[in-house]
This record gives sequence, C-alpha cells and structure tokens, in this order.
Amino acid sequence: MDRRDFIKHLGGAALAASLLAACRKTETPAQGVTTLDGQGSMTYRTNPNTGDKISLLGYGMMRLPVEAGGTMRENPDSPINQELVNQQVDYAIEHGVNYFDTAPVYCQGLSERSTGIALSRHPRNRYYIATKLSNQSPAAWSREASMGIFEKSLKELRTDYVDYLLLHSVGMSANDLDAMQTFNGRYMDNGILDWLVEQKEKGRIRNLGFSYHGDIAIFDMLLKWHDEGKYHWDFVQIELNYLDWNYANEINERNTDASYLYEELRKRNIPAVIMEPLLGGRLGTLPEFIVKRMQEREPETPVARWAFRYAGTPEGVLTVLSGMSYTEHLVQNVATYSPLRPITPEENDFLMQIADEVYNLKSIPCTTCSYCMPCPYGLNIPAIFSHYNKCINEGSMPNPEHPGSHYNKLRRAFLIGYDRSVPKLRQASHCIGCNQCVSHCPQRIDIPAEMRRVDEFVEQLKRS
Amino acid sequence: MLKKIRTILAIVMLLLVTLLFLGVCWHINLWFGFVAKIQFLPAVLSFNVIVVLLLLLLTLLLGRVYCSVICPLGIMQDCFSWVHGKFKKNRFSYSPEKKWLRYIVLGVFVVLLIVGVTPVTTLLAPYSAYGRIVNSLFKPLYDMLNNALAHYEAGHNLYNFSEVEIWMRSVTTFVVAIVTLLVLAVLAWRHGRTYCNTICPVGTFLSFFARYSFLKVHFDSDKCKQCGLCEKNCKASAIDFKNMKVDYSRCVVCGDCLEKCNFDALHYGRMPKTAVAPAQKDETVDEARRSFLLGAGLMTAAVASAEPKIKVDGGLAVIEDKILPDRKTPITPPGSISAQNMRHHCTACQLCVSACPNNVLRPSKSLMNFMQPEMSFERGYCRPECTRCSQVCPTGAIRRITPEEKTEVHAGYAVWLKDNCIPLTDGVSCGNCARHCPTGAIQMVDYEGAQVPSIDTQKCIGCGACEHLCPARPFSAIYVEGNVMHHLQ
Repeated sequence: MDRRDFIKHLGGAALAASLLAACRKTETPAQGVTTLDGQGSMTYRTNPNTGDKISLLGYGMMRLPVEAGGTMRENPDSPINQELVNQQVDYAIEHGVNYFDTAPVYCQGLSERSTGIALSRHPRNRYYIATKLSNQSPAAWSREASMGIFEKSLKELRTDYVDYLLLHSVGMSANDLDAMQTFNGRYMDNGILDWLVEQKEKGRIRNLGFSYHGDIAIFDMLLKWHDEGKYHWDFVQIELNYLDWNYANEINERNTDASYLYEELRKRNIPAVIMEPLLGGRLGTLPEFIVKRMQEREPETPVARWAFRYAGTPEGVLTVLSGMSYTEHLVQNVATYSPLRPITPEENDFLMQIADEVYNLKSIPCTTCSYCMPCPYGLNIPAIFSHYNKCINEGSMPNPEHPGSHYNKLRRAFLIGYDRSVPKLRQASHCIGCNQCVSHCPQRIDIPAEMRRVDEFVEQLKRS
Repeated sequence: MLKKIRTILAIVMLLLVTLLFLGVCWHINLWFGFVAKIQFLPAVLSFNVIVVLLLLLLTLLLGRVYCSVICPLGIMQDCFSWVHGKFKKNRFSYSPEKKWLRYIVLGVFVVLLIVGVTPVTTLLAPYSAYGRIVNSLFKPLYDMLNNALAHYEAGHNLYNFSEVEIWMRSVTTFVVAIVTLLVLAVLAWRHGRTYCNTICPVGTFLSFFARYSFLKVHFDSDKCKQCGLCEKNCKASAIDFKNMKVDYSRCVVCGDCLEKCNFDALHYGRMPKTAVAPAQKDETVDEARRSFLLGAGLMTAAVASAEPKIKVDGGLAVIEDKILPDRKTPITPPGSISAQNMRHHCTACQLCVSACPNNVLRPSKSLMNFMQPEMSFERGYCRPECTRCSQVCPTGAIRRITPEEKTEVHAGYAVWLKDNCIPLTDGVSCGNCARHCPTGAIQMVDYEGAQVPSIDTQKCIGCGACEHLCPARPFSAIYVEGNVMHHLQ
C-alpha cells in the first residue's frame, strides 16, 4: 500500500511539476486545451453587490491531496500534501482563478489552515476567500462556540476579513429535530445571524450568504426574508448540474430540482455559487455507452467538461466550485472556462437526454463529500458507495438474477474489488442502522437503507 | 534408474502436498486433494480401507517406497540430507535397528490414538507434522507474495488475486512447527532417516510389511568388492556391507546404493534364496510376525474405537479488535460431529485451517484437542455457502457435507449478553445480528424500551454471523457456544 502510494505520489508530483512547467510555456499546448476550449483567458462574472470580478472557476478546498496519495477519502490518516496544494493554488491564481472556497469542517478540520498557508503566499487582493460557519453539531450552537468558529477561521486563513461567508448547509436537520428547529438553534436563538450582519458592517465579512441542502421550507423562508428586507443575501450557494436540474426530486423526493433553486435566485438577482457541478465526480465517470454518445458529438471534449460548461452557462452563476484534488483536473477545468463556451439550446436538449440516461443507471447519489464520516461504527460509507457506483458506471455489475456468460468473472471482480476498496470490517454488512449519519448527508440519502441494499447484493453474489 | 524415478515422483508429490497446504488455487486444489487422502494415517483414521490396503499391498510389493515418494515429511528430510551430501560425501554408516524404541513408540502411539490423547499422537504423525510446518511457516510467506501480487493488480484493474489476512492463528502451533522443523532438519542433516526409522509410527508399522516385500535391494555376493560405498551412502543406515545385509525394516528403497555401487553388486528385485543366513532369518521372521500381528491388531483396535469536539468531516473511526469469548464448549466445524470425533480422527495437519477462506478455523490450544481445528468469529464467520474444510479433510475428522446439509448441522447456539447490547448501551437501533442470521433464528423484540435480539436456539446453527457482525466491541453482545455433539435435524 505504502509503496504503491509512494510511487503514485512520486509520479503524480513529477507529472504535476512537468505539467505546470509545460503550461507556463505559452507556445506548447497545455493538457486540457483543445481547438474548442482553453484558447483564451478566464471568464469572469461580476458580483452585483460589490462589483467583484469572480472567476467562473472557483477552487473548492474540500478534497485536498494528501501525502499518501489521493485524498483523505482514500488515506484518511495521511496529512495534506501542502507542497502540492501550494503548487496547485499557484497555478490556479496564475491562470485567473480568484475564488477559493473552504470550511472549518473540511478535510477533518484541516482545510482552512492549508488554504491559508497556500493563499497567504500571494497578495491578499488577488483572491477572494469563501468560508462557512460550520456549527452543524448542537454542541456548537451556543453563541460563544459559533463566534469562536468564525474567529478561528480568520486565524487559520491568516486574514482579518472573509470575502464570502456562508451559513453552512442550511436546510439540514440535526438528529431528532426538524430543519426549522435546527436552523433556529444554529443561527436565530443564539443571535448569531445578527452578529454576522454586524461583522459585515465592520468589514470583517464582505458578502454574507448561505449554502443550501435539504428542506426547501428553509430556502423559501430565507428568500422571503430577503424580499421583506429582513436580511440581505449577497449570494447563495446551491447544487446545480445537468442531472439535478430536473431530476433531483425524482432521485430523492426529499430534494428539490436545481431549476427551482436557480430560478428563485435569478428572480431576485442573487448571484448563485454552484457546488457539485460534477456530483462528486459521478458526472465525470460515466458508463461507456454514455461516454460514447458524448464523445461522438465532440471527440476532443472530456466528459466532465460538458458538466462544467453546463453549470457555468446560466448568467446568474457567479462561480462554479470544483474540488480539484489532482493537478490535471485543475488544468482541464481552467481550460474549460478560458473562456466559457456556453451550452447552446440544442446542446442543452442533448444534455437533458444524457441526464435521462444517467438517472436510469440508478446509482447511489453519493458525491463522496464525507460529511457522514466518521461513522461511529467504523464503516467507510463513501468508499462502499463508490465501489458500487464504479461498477455500475463501468457496466461491470454482475446480475445474479440473470447470470450471463461473464457472470463469474464480473462477480469475482466485484467481490475482490470490494475487499480491495473497503476493508472487511468497514463494509456494508457492519451497518447497524443507527441512523446517525442520515442527518449529515447533504444529498439526503437514506444511508442505512442503501447499505442494506449493497449488503444484500453482496450476500447474493457470495452465495451464488 | 530407480533413483531417478523415485526422485521425480518424490518432487512431484512434495510440490503437490505443499501447494495443497499453501492453497494455491481452490479449484485446482480439489483435483490434487487426493495427495492428502492417500497419506497412511489419515486413511486409517478415515477408515479408508481401500487406500490402507493399497498402501500395504504397495509395501508388500516394493518395500517402504511410501516413505520415499508419498510421505512429504520423509521427502523433506531427504532434501536436508541431500544438501548436506553435497558438502560431505559418504557420511553414513550402518547402525543396528533400535527395535525396542520403535516398538515402544508405536505401541504408545496406538494406545494413545485409541484413548484419544491427541497432543502426543498429532505431534508424532508425519503427514500432519509436515502440514503444520507448511501452514505455519511457509503459508504466511506465500500469502505475502499473494498480497504483493494483489496489490500490484489493484493498480491495473485485474482480479486474479484477492488479498488475504495474514495472522497468527496459534502461537503454540507455530512454535511446534518451528521445533519440528528444526529437530528434523538437524536429524536429517546428520543422520538421514533417523526419525523415520526410530520414531515415526507409520514407518515402524510399514516396516512389518516391508520385511516381506516381494522386491528388495540385495547384494550380489559374487560382484561385491566390499568397498563399503553403499553403506556410506545409505541415509537409512540400513546396509551392513560386511555381512552383505540390508535391513528391510528400515530400507526406504531410495535407490541411492544402487547408483553408488561401482561393481553392479546391488540389485533391486526378487531376492535369491541363499542371500540371507538361515539362523538370522528365523529370528527376524518370528519377531517380525509377532510384531506384525501386534501392530495390525492395535491399528484395528484403534480404528474400531475411533467412532466418535465539532464534528469535522471525513476520517475513519478506530475499530477495536474483538476479543475471543471464553467458550465453555469449543465449536468444531460442521461435518466434524463433535470435539470427541475430532479427537479420534484429526491428525492436526492444518489443511482445513489453511483452506478456510473466512479466517474462522484455527488450531485449538486446549490439551484435549491439541492443535485440532476449532472455530471462532473475530475475523469472519462460517459462511453458509462454504464447505471447504469438509472437502479437504483427509482423515474423516470433518466429514464431507454439502451447503444444503450444512444448514441442518447445529454446531453451536448463540447466547445473548444483555450488558453489551448496543440498543441498551448506546441507545441506538441495531438488529444487525437478526438481519444477518442465515436461519432466521434471531428475532428483535421489545425489551426495556429497546429492540433487542431473542434467539431461537432450536434454529441456531452456530455459524457466528451474529457474533462477528455484532457492533459491540471488544466483546460481542451475542456469541456462540459450541454443542458437545452437533445437533442434526
């Protein structure tokens, strides 16, 4: 494990270095650059409140690379690879990216510090920092605790003001409470929202907004307050991609389609910051037959680029966040938005057909954000779902009900692959259904039910 | 020629047995599983009359070729001896047979076998000694290689090797294996087949028949120049060149002497009548016949009686290792009938332990069933579709069963430990035991405001799914007690 990771890391670093070097030379075409994309400079959108010119690509600091290779999802105990983070942040800034989004809870609580280290090496006026008030756990609902979280963010980020501050994940509910009780507990009863408005007046926060997942009643209420002038939202962060545009509600009836969220913001001229443009990579790794359809249209365009172009096209979008762990993804995304080639109405129809096919795959809508982790009973929830989804995407799902000629081979690959990606004691069979993870999932997946589904499937494979 | 054939057969046999224990590939393993089943003691213990008769017939016909080409422990000793022979030529010399030692060891062995005192019998049994050596010492190395390959494959989307857990199943067995290997290596290095010709009960038993074998190594007194080269190269110390005599009770028909003799004075074939002095012959015959009858009688008797802060995102929770519960009755694998049956049949060769894909079987530490397999569930449970141990067992200690039959074998029963149960201690819902019970023996019931498991012991087969998958650590809230004798339904 260590050896492989070491080599991967070594190779990765070398490749990254050479790529970065290659990209600096303007005469050599960089990776990700095609005749269609990456020929010009970064597209910017203007924040109507402050006039900030924000790069359409925003850097999400949630999936930072670690020293053992990959991210904390693959190697939870490994420290962040700060050298690589620095290199990637340098590359991003050099290529016009100026929006960096982090949170106190990301990367086991280490993301802000790493972001601070990387960014403080550049002039403060060359970038905008977005971070969040992550007081989700009831233990942090007291006024002092919540204020402490904000003050700590400033310290970790090595700055005395935050450009974009978000109420983190409003609409989610803590255990045994509904979304409204949770919202009141987090921001209203302790007066923290008013305190944040004060901080904005003092200039310690330049823009105040919220990121939304979950109960639509909270979203609607906050926009109503905006309309009534009770609170002003400078921006709102929502999940938007070509699958969630129309299918978020079909996939999970407790969720709301992105089309509704976006239109509501657009009506009020509130800029939208987009998260999950790629659904945690799921729209970047699609089954062969879908990839083929997309590449028949544009052989040069990587599958993920369609999703980024889609998310960046609506005019009300301020920036599209991407948690870029690997240099190559950064390089490719920079090219995608340098400049943005907006999705045409005809292409939009095409992507809606693709969405239809992705929806029909019935994969588990996990984006591997790891908010559910650590599971108190030791499961590796995102790794289990990833393996299941990977097999769906690769078209390598064994079907025990209709075992075809490749059944034994597929069965073996599924089971061995499962053991390789998730240690036995962290597999779905150990889920006891305590439900503690459910309230943490921004996709509102019924995690225990899905665990049971995976477990029963594995059991069926093992017995056949 | 004889030596060449013997060497080739021996190498093939040693490889097959070793591969069997290493568990190279399950499907191929089943093809050559016979190499364990033709071992003498396992055949006797499993009442495999055909194999026993064939082996005796083979010995009556050719002498103790069994010891040279079938017994893996014998072949292993030849390997050590051969290496030493490369450095030091002509190092052996004749020594008289130590009859008293051989017969006492055999006698004690047979008596202990009948009584079922396994710690001694399993230590002496040659095939199982080899099994333990491979399983304890070489299999971990093989598994490391396997894991390295699996690791390589993981980066290349290949699925031929699956990673296996390498763990110490029993320190005692490990130590026994090391000591056995060292003692045998030293003995073989210095004196060749000492163990086979003084201690090994199988060797002694077969020697009763070898004395009368149809084909034998014998001197051609006309050609013999009394050079002594044959004696100096007899690893069994069975050749007395001065008297032109071969001790057939100890000759393992390796053919080394035939090859060494420069004068073609040694032959393997029918014995000319005149070669043996009459006086000596009588003596030998009498004693041999007596001991033959004694030995055969004891063996038969043995066989007859052997029936029986703020939450941050990501990271993994630490998983505490499970601790072995103190089971009052050990659980033996389905097909083994009972610990008692196990005691009478099992030679503790560890083939089942090596074959168990779920890390359930391990050698027992109790003296009553010393090094014989027992089940525990800290690392996995006895999966319903698996019957591998019953398929590989060469001694009939674990009888062959099908997965269907297995569902009706109740090897043990689950016991609930209220104090550890998560719904009561952590206040969360669970039911993982009930969800995974393959026979539906567990139902969740209301108790003190929580849902807790209730066990229908009539339905419980003791597979350990509940114990293994119980989230309570280090002690499960539900564990399996063995049945003294498996209940059948």
